[in-house]
Amino acid sequence: MDSSQLLGITTFTYMFSTILYAVIFIFKAKKLGPPATVFTIIAFLVQTAGLILRWQESYRLGYGHAPLTNMYESVVFFAWTIIFLYLLIEWKFKTRVIGAFAVPFAFLAMAYASFASGINKEISPLVPALQSNWLLAHVITCFIGYAAFAVAAGLGIMYLVKNTSESRQTTNDKTLLGTLPPLKVIDDITHKTMVFGFLWLSVGIITGAIWANSAWGTYWSWDPKETWSLITWFIYAITLHARYTRGWGGTRIAWLAIFGFLSVVFTYYGVNFLLSGLHSYGSS
Amino acid sequence: MTKKNPVFSFFSSVKLALFTLFLLAVTSIIGTVIPQKETFAWYVQHYSESTAKIFQVLSIPDMYNSWWFLGLLTLLAVNLIVCSFDRFPGVWRQIKADNLATDLKRLPKMRLSSNWITDKSKDAAATELTSALAAKGWKTEQRRRDNGNALLLFAQKGAMTRTGVYIVHASILVIFIGAIIGELYGFKGSVMLPEGKTTSSIFQFGTGKAIDLGFDIRCDRFDIELYDSGMPKAYRSKLTVLEDGNVTLEKEIVVNDPLTYHGITFYQSSYQGYENFILTVTDQQTSKKERVVLPFQQPADIPAFNASVGVINAEMMGQSITRMKIWFNDDKGPASSFWMNAGKQVTVERGDKRYTIDGKQMYATGLQVAKDPGVWVVYIGCGMMVLGLVVAFFMSHRRIWLLLTNENGKTSVLLSGSSNKNKIGFEKSFSSLSDELNTNSDN
Ligand code: HEM
Repeated sequence: MDSSQLLGITTFTYMFSTILYAVIFIFKAKKLGPPATVFTIIAFLVQTAGLILRWQESYRLGYGHAPLTNMYESVVFFAWTIIFLYLLIEWKFKTRVIGAFAVPFAFLAMAYASFASGINKEISPLVPALQSNWLLAHVITCFIGYAAFAVAAGLGIMYLVKNTSESRQTTNDKTLLGTLPPLKVIDDITHKTMVFGFLWLSVGIITGAIWANSAWGTYWSWDPKETWSLITWFIYAITLHARYTRGWGGTRIAWLAIFGFLSVVFTYYGVNFLLSGLHSYGSS
Repeated sequence: MTKKNPVFSFFSSVKLALFTLFLLAVTSIIGTVIPQKETFAWYVQHYSESTAKIFQVLSIPDMYNSWWFLGLLTLLAVNLIVCSFDRFPGVWRQIKADNLATDLKRLPKMRLSSNWITDKSKDAAATELTSALAAKGWKTEQRRRDNGNALLLFAQKGAMTRTGVYIVHASILVIFIGAIIGELYGFKGSVMLPEGKTTSSIFQFGTGKAIDLGFDIRCDRFDIELYDSGMPKAYRSKLTVLEDGNVTLEKEIVVNDPLTYHGITFYQSSYQGYENFILTVTDQQTSKKERVVLPFQQPADIPAFNASVGVINAEMMGQSITRMKIWFNDDKGPASSFWMNAGKQVTVERGDKRYTIDGKQMYATGLQVAKDPGVWVVYIGCGMMVLGLVVAFFMSHRRIWLLLTNENGKTSVLLSGSSNKNKIGFEKSFSSLSDELNTNSDN
């Protein structure tokens, strides 16, 4: 069994997880809850094993680096972090329906990594500029932040879905959306997830700056990727202030969570393909 | 409260902060879409004459250093400073507040409170509560209130965490200061230094102006290491710093591991291959070394050994030479020729003499050179930011009061508490604390 097989399996297990959570949500099949969790945990462990194996394989090839160095590896890590955060939220807030809105992101990321054309799945050696522990710290911290923002966007969508239906009809526990947590709770978890993401994104930008300084002597050069990460950071800073000092909540914060995540996607993905810069290694 | 001056309240408002952050986010996009720092002709060619002129007027080609972008950053800084001046004194008063002087009527009205009766006297109950709280890490103070009829106990945790937000805000200013220091007192440039050569100056980016280093730097050797696939694995330069001809520092640098001397840092950034070769010939008997630099297929004489040496063939991979064929001759019979891998050495026997030859392609190392005395200030700012964010997000100021009063010969205990953040979490710990203190007093 090699890492690419394990990671290939992960794509399908996350798809199955997504379906399970969707069934729980749509058919109010509460009984499926524990199996869904167990299944997701197993899928997560399979992916973890895949990542560790890939790491070992890179040593066997004589390259010896953590599996976090190109587009494929970073998307896989992104999916891994989303599931990790989701399981954490499920455990902490004791609610499973969120899975229907968070797990799909991990599935889509894995599907993209596995099937999109132009994504190189090979383990390749690191060019000199990328041989740095700061870079490793940079990638890990950024992706924890990105994953949190993905989950927050899922929660934002969930909030909007529930909110629209509540304004149309009186929701009670019998309707589909009645299975969702109360709006106040969704709002609270969304905010907490964004706060968590903001902290990691800040650390990610800082470690990236330290890496750039150790490699080229400039901690900030306004290259498109750097600039977009700063734009994303501004968007979340605005969101936190709007909530904390102007009392924004509910729908507005839900939209900002979605909007912020679009900026994340652009920073991470769009910049590589539409704009040029130092970070173009991500497109290989 | 004194009435505020409108200019002051404008600059201290969070609305202005939201507006500035929004403008910064939106305008920053421009420079990621329109390539920066190209020449006027380039913009004319890729856009149009009139667009290029508009760009020039608005400083679009270098927008992150333009007056209006720096103006927005200044506005953010002023906003932060004024806002902090406005709010921090109030926060400091809350941190330093005399919580034992609090209005007793407020206590029962707090969102979190519970009460119970105990048989013990006020003082006995207070002693017991104090030690029970001490076991949970709460340090209690007490004071008699209400003409001695009541005894008030107070304990708090994390008062200083109220400063977290201010640490974050200050960190942004510290980073700005670091950036300004770097801009004013630093420089950025580069130099292309051939192997064996020494320089005392480098060229500034943008202007190309020569900047004197104040010392000499020499490139002794440059090497490229390749993976089996032919991809570059490492670029390595051996550098020597000299002052008045004396060696003061030697270091081998690679990408991500620069050399710093007197605040000036040399980064491995590029290289250039020459069609020249550096050969070193050593006479094994006398250990005498002769170094020659010679062009491809043009032998050079080594008078000391009464010999000549040349490179007659070479194999390339990309820009770099991996194998070369050496030709060697002296007065002892026909010339020898043999293949040698770059960077390795070979021994030749010529009659009773043995020579070691090692050879490599000649390179120039491309060094990026930077002096940035502000970088540590920036790093301190970054550290403050992370610390401040952790404090602001995950820590809170929790306070509890215990009011002991006489009630029909017994003592009534009123426990009240408040937390500035994470109210749900505090509610849970408050109720478990309340249970614990209550049973403690009962038995
Ligand atoms: C990029 C710039 C900024 C960053 C990263 C930042 C960061 C933060 C953070 C992390 C918080 C705490 C929010 C929470 O606890 O949920 C906060 C609160 C706050 N910020 Fe900022 N801030 C920035 C700019 C500004 C500016 C320019 C102002 C000017 C008015 C400002 C005013 C405030 C205020 C009034 C609070 C609430 C403080 C309190 O009452 O506890 N911020 N900021």
